[in-house]
Amino acid sequence: MRLEYFQMVDRITNLDPAARTIRADCLVPDDSPVFEGHFPGYPLLPGVLMIETMAQTGGWLVLSVLRFARMPFLTQVREAKMRSFVVPGQTLEAAAKLVHDGSGYAVVEATLTSGGKKVAEAEIRYRVVPFPNETLRAQMLETARRIAVPEACFDAA
Amino acid sequence: MSTFETVAGIIADTCDIERDTITPDSHAINDLGIDSLDFLDVAFAIDKAFGIKMPLEQWTQEVNDGKVSSDQYFVLGNLCENIDKLVAAKTG
Repeated sequence: MRLEYFQMVDRITNLDPAARTIRADCLVPDDSPVFEGHFPGYPLLPGVLMIETMAQTGGWLVLSVLRFARMPFLTQVREAKMRSFVVPGQTLEAAAKLVHDGSGYAVVEATLTSGGKKVAEAEIRYRVVPFPNETLRAQMLETARRIAVPEACFDAA
Repeated sequence: MSTFETVAGIIADTCDIERDTITPDSHAINDLGIDSLDFLDVAFAIDKAFGIKMPLEQWTQEVNDGKVSSDQYFVLGNLCENIDKLVAAKTG
């Protein structure tokens, strides 16, 4: 994870477009300016970044199911729970399931676990629209390859 | 429960609108004031309740292109007729 660049997902470990599920590894960095303020002398991964991590993981799933033809933008977070503190150096596994692929929107249920224990969960909704420009689409494709989104998911790309 | 009763209940619950103010002649946007984000919640609840996928993007495009009036899709009586057609198409 590179928190200051909002790069929350390190590597996709499992992505099944047919089952509409995804898993990803996310290693919380030992050092980040984020921890200087959250909190001084007691560094914790902010809850909003746990939510962002789940949203990005679900977003990669939606992108992959749609073969990178359209872009999901976060519109809603429901029933978010941060169950445990997450500290620098901790390994997280993010998982998401696409529960509904609507017309122009998508809904996923996502979790973060660490050492087999659930540390966060949320239902996340996206508005799914055409890419606003080619720069973003190219960047998303480049990042997707870096984090190991399976090649089979790039059919339309 | 009729399609309209189900849809009206969804709108009342999702958008915090008094159930009694929702009629088959109500326009979801112009009369009930449902904004686009809330309408996505309504759409998700309708999709789930009826096991369908309302083609909102297609409907919106048709309205924006001037092919049809928004009344055709967003007046609730008409919306319910379209839902019934989608359910019928699904069940064959």
